[in-house]
Amino acid sequence: MAQRKERIDRGIKVRSDDVFALTSWREMAYLAFPRVVPVVLLFLLGAVASIYWERVLVTTCMFALLAISWDILASAGMVSLGQALFFGVGAYIAGTLNHYFGISPWLTIPIATLGGGVVCTLVLLPVLRLRGIYFAMVTMILPLMIERVIEATKIFGGTEGISGLNTLGNVHTEFLVAAVMVWVVLFSFRRMMSTDYGLLLKGINDNDRAVMSAGMNIYYYKAQALFLSSAVGAFAGAFMTHAYQFVGMPVFALDYSIIPIASVAVGGAGTLAGPMLGSFILVPLSELLRGLGGLRVVIYAVILVVCTVGLPEGIFHYLSRKYNQFERWVKVER
Amino acid sequence: MSEKTILQAQDLSKNFGGVKAVDGVSFSLRRNEVLGVIGPNGSGKTTLANLITGFVKPSRGKVIFDGKNITGMAPYKVADLGIARSFQMVKPFYQLPAFKNLNVALLSPRLRRLSGGRFGDRDAMAKDLLEEVGFERDSWVITHQAASLPHGYLKRLELAKCMALQPEIIVLDELFSGLSLAEVASMVPVIEKLVAQGKTLVMIEHRLKELFRIADRVIVLNFGQKIAEGVPAEVMEDPQVRGAYLGSEAEE
Repeated sequence: MAQRKERIDRGIKVRSDDVFALTSWREMAYLAFPRVVPVVLLFLLGAVASIYWERVLVTTCMFALLAISWDILASAGMVSLGQALFFGVGAYIAGTLNHYFGISPWLTIPIATLGGGVVCTLVLLPVLRLRGIYFAMVTMILPLMIERVIEATKIFGGTEGISGLNTLGNVHTEFLVAAVMVWVVLFSFRRMMSTDYGLLLKGINDNDRAVMSAGMNIYYYKAQALFLSSAVGAFAGAFMTHAYQFVGMPVFALDYSIIPIASVAVGGAGTLAGPMLGSFILVPLSELLRGLGGLRVVIYAVILVVCTVGLPEGIFHYLSRKYNQFERWVKVER
Repeated sequence: MSEKTILQAQDLSKNFGGVKAVDGVSFSLRRNEVLGVIGPNGSGKTTLANLITGFVKPSRGKVIFDGKNITGMAPYKVADLGIARSFQMVKPFYQLPAFKNLNVALLSPRLRRLSGGRFGDRDAMAKDLLEEVGFERDSWVITHQAASLPHGYLKRLELAKCMALQPEIIVLDELFSGLSLAEVASMVPVIEKLVAQGKTLVMIEHRLKELFRIADRVIVLNFGQKIAEGVPAEVMEDPQVRGAYLGSEAEE
């Protein structure tokens, strides 16, 4: 007698997928719970954390934004190995505007967000035709190239970078801005992916030739997704520049490309919330392991491997399945 | 070009390296006609479809649609003008439910133009289309992820995607391949209805028996060259065509 695991949507999920959810408190609570609790939890954590851990949370939020921006790109069929490009371009735009023109961080960050989006989109426009690994290679090489250019031409402070930049105020302000931004980006992009526009992006990911033969210019839509993604990445870069009061070559480092991808692998791709959850596990974990000294990277890598092998679908997919479905073993006759 | 001609191919050729995939093929397509394209494997049928729809740029020759030169135009522009196509390898939008697959096509700028700037209720339109190609409207099948649909349904979905565009010409690349006899038999009325609606079809097909029921005219390709053209019964009597399909004694 063989057994098979059966998964059935909870009745409440089926009903609350429709507008009728608004007729019952129970169903509204069912919908609200997974959204409200994490939001409240993050703000509570920020309120009780020490200055050191509040800084860690700010960094975590920025990595979460990078991971979300990676996922937006991937949903439109572009696998990137170079979030550092978006991060670095945003960082340098904010840094130079603040240092050379004395513009306040409250202006440089928005300018760098939009400007970074435009610059990165224009830079990658010629390679939009590339797919899969070929696109990934180009995105990986670009930030490393820019790093060498800055080193060789000594522009924007060269290897020294630019230091002594203005901050947003104290760490509490930084935390508030970062946390609000993470939630705004997460919820608005999740909303976008469930509209017909998001449908189109998913269609390009699945089969771009079929979208083309439906009379749509896929490069136009890919460029839009690229702009959205790089603007989010550039925001993170600009924000960190002002948090560290420094911008230099390390903003193009491989860390900013790899950690977002690791977060996606741990959290679960294609959901936007998964990558965010992933970075909220990985970045604080890396801080916790700091006491271990040299073995830190090894332990970190082991945890990463265990996570991805144990839950290859990602933690977010696993949690949402547990929440929305019940499972039971049923006997199957052969 | 006569009044009734909607599409004309002149001396179309495509070389991939040294291989002449399509070699100097000319034909004209009349409005509301079903043109069959047949030929052995590797004779250039799919490349011909790619040349017409812009997925491949020709090495030589011209494609004229409705008096307009569309040679080498980008695929999305060709589709926008009204030439829809299906693909031999069915690849739906796997993550989406079956009817949402059509929403992508229903978003096309061409439809907005045709309906005077409005899109309308895309979900309802998608379900109508699926019903037309033989899905049951109220079954679970249309809300199921496209990845889990059986091959027969995917072929129907592919046809519905073409119809969603409200095209003038539909190029069907081996629509019947991999379907059972019963499935093909249920598809034929759908095609006949399209013809009754005034669509023009180009059908690339290996299933000759079914094709000959529908096609008004057939062209035969072999090694990239057009070797025969005419009504189905005549074409199959042609010694060259028999040679291409069965192998002639002279060649051996």
